[in-house]
Amino acid sequence: MSTGLERQPAVEVTEDELEAIVGDRALARDDHLNAPGFVIRPDDVQDVLKDLRDEAGFDHLANLTAQEYPDRYESIYHLRKYADPTQEVSVVVPTTTDEPVSQTAEPVFRTADWHEREAFDLVGIDYEGHPDPRRILLPETWQGHPLSRDYDQEKPQLVTLTEHANPIQPDHHDDESDTMFLNIGPHHPATHGVLHIETVLDGETVVDVDPDIGYLHRCEEQMCQQGTYRHQIMPYPDRWDYVSAGLLNEWAYARVAEDLADIDVPEYAQVIRTMGAELSRIASHMLALATFALDVYGDFTAIFQYGMRDREVVQDILEDLTGQRLMFNYFRLGGVAWDLPEPREEFIEKTRDFLDGLPAKVDEYNDLLTANEIFQIRTHDTGILEPEVAKQYGCTGPVARGSGIDYDLRRDDPYGYYENLEWDVVTKDGCDNYSRVLVRMQEVEESAKIIEQCLDLLEDWPEDERTVQSNVPRTLKPDADTEIYRAVEGAKGELGIYIRADGTDKPGRFKIRSPCFHNLSALPEMAEGEYIPDMIASLGSLDIVLGEVDR
Amino acid sequence: MSSEQPEQPRQQIYDSTAPSTDTRDSRIGEGADDRFNSKLREAFGSTPFILTKFDKFMNWVRGNSMFMLQFGIACCSIEMMHTYAIKHDLDRFGAGVPRASPRQADVMIVPGTIVSKFGPRMKRVYDQMPEPKFVVGMGSCTISGGPFQEGYNVVKGAEEIIPIDIHVPGCPPRPEALVYGIAKLQERIRNGESTPVVVKPYELEKFGDLPKDELVQKLADDIDEDDLVMRYNWADSP
Repeated sequence: MSTGLERQPAVEVTEDELEAIVGDRALARDDHLNAPGFVIRPDDVQDVLKDLRDEAGFDHLANLTAQEYPDRYESIYHLRKYADPTQEVSVVVPTTTDEPVSQTAEPVFRTADWHEREAFDLVGIDYEGHPDPRRILLPETWQGHPLSRDYDQEKPQLVTLTEHANPIQPDHHDDESDTMFLNIGPHHPATHGVLHIETVLDGETVVDVDPDIGYLHRCEEQMCQQGTYRHQIMPYPDRWDYVSAGLLNEWAYARVAEDLADIDVPEYAQVIRTMGAELSRIASHMLALATFALDVYGDFTAIFQYGMRDREVVQDILEDLTGQRLMFNYFRLGGVAWDLPEPREEFIEKTRDFLDGLPAKVDEYNDLLTANEIFQIRTHDTGILEPEVAKQYGCTGPVARGSGIDYDLRRDDPYGYYENLEWDVVTKDGCDNYSRVLVRMQEVEESAKIIEQCLDLLEDWPEDERTVQSNVPRTLKPDADTEIYRAVEGAKGELGIYIRADGTDKPGRFKIRSPCFHNLSALPEMAEGEYIPDMIASLGSLDIVLGEVDR
Repeated sequence: MSSEQPEQPRQQIYDSTAPSTDTRDSRIGEGADDRFNSKLREAFGSTPFILTKFDKFMNWVRGNSMFMLQFGIACCSIEMMHTYAIKHDLDRFGAGVPRASPRQADVMIVPGTIVSKFGPRMKRVYDQMPEPKFVVGMGSCTISGGPFQEGYNVVKGAEEIIPIDIHVPGCPPRPEALVYGIAKLQERIRNGESTPVVVKPYELEKFGDLPKDELVQKLADDIDEDDLVMRYNWADSP
């Protein structure tokens, strides 16, 4: 689906040029496997990031990792370019253990706001000049920072259940206008899970929105740091973005661990992975469409049920392939768990049947949803997210592509078998709720194209070359102090993982870059000044999954 | 009753498949249409009344008309949605009306991991449901914390906070498993077995009523005396 948007080629920045830009401010080099790394002083953060953004074009703060070493704290800013995500640079900011204070990056990248709150919450680094230094995932009354080294997990904690105070700001409140405070969630059908949105309303207009997250913070990073690389980590990615996008998430871990431990994947396994991942994407987008219809019309009877009907078919196919409906645990480091189910012809035919029926179904959705006048009035020109704002917040996936940002890691930072297949990246430049829905709808068709080609390949694959796994040592122990950040295109956007190996068979630090976390942080930009039903529509069009937001 | 007396009405019912029409014939004459007559009707006698105990009747009603709380927490809620939707269609069993408000719900399915920040909220939602109320714990997380049991923030089973009638194991359970769990719950309700009373280790209590230990002293400046709090004692949890 070509959109006519021309993609600007990114200017290549060499390492020498980078060194020149950072200049004397670089205390040392600390290269990661994926990118050159510069160690800088904690009070140079804003300067360096600003120069890298403006002079070298690193306009995407993909991730911020905070961690504690025995002798220091460290914040790592992973930068890359929207125009070319293979160009990466890491900025490493060490601070002392006695006084872990570092300058905030929030004025340069808005998305650093939530990231630094999370780093403070879980690891305990203070960011000087941060506009809103509160905990973000754990309750306000929590004692200690759970991912720091001296944290005692056995200690009792107290959590309050207070009535929420009315946060009417003096500048929102005068004699003429009267504002109202509204809690949406954490138990509310429109929040797609356990999300709490503190909203201030002036009449029916939203004045202030503050998403309060952490109601599903299940310590995924701690769980992954406790598991061994080979088998114990793989089940957890399934549970980050649990909307049956499991294979996409598993690929994020598989990719980073394979690059870290230098494991090859047989081509045949890559084709199976590609096919499975795209089936997961279809299932995930179907649910996004179904619940979006539920949000904007309250349509529980038609579109929601249609979406569920089609998801059931995809889940059946994935169950045949992997053995589970939702939590597949199908990828292994170095391949996949097993070959296509026998009889192969039956599986391939079943999948083909689904793909053959899909265009008619997509037409049906278009009739019901996107061609519907009420739907258009509800979603057109609401929830505007300008591309520059989206970049500031680190938005990726269908949210970014709905704002005209041509960014898709499947094409820009190729992995798997995507390079060898014919498909297009869908972008729309409407920047509104409607565009985001359209992008998802058309991505379903693109995914179907990819699956079709994979099926052709799998069908004709010579029988004696069907290797599903390469040889991988039973225990993986990557070298100490190797660090890597790698991302894949998940259903919601750039799903990245940072791993620091410490020489054992478990990761020293495992950090998840969640696309929903970034997309949700842009909600205030989209919703403020709009009517409250439009805010609900914007939230639905972001398609967040709280398991991935909170991790 | 011996077999030499084939004229007994009950024996007639056993032996033949046709409804016996003696009573009706004597009342309204022969030749009436017997479409609506049945053996069952015969067994009840000609009376149109069904006699039962009122509480038994109420249990039967409750079991067959359960309003579920629309309550999505984590992964299991996706399978819960599939259970409500096409193909599995929980409505067939008289238990499929999702209600968004706890004030209108009878049954709460807890579909996912409970973490410390959400624990007090879930207790609040449970308290808001009118009695009699029932809870189905869906998935391993509501049994023990499941795969996240060792997490610093994860409550080790929903039973730490609210009483649970039926546990459905699985990660996540298939929709069929949830349907089976709910059918079991309906069976219990029809048999008049109400919510079991369990000891709840974490009650919401006033901050001012807590024993003055180190943690309470430390938080005294931040928390109002009247605020409700929940204490998570990780060391003593199972």
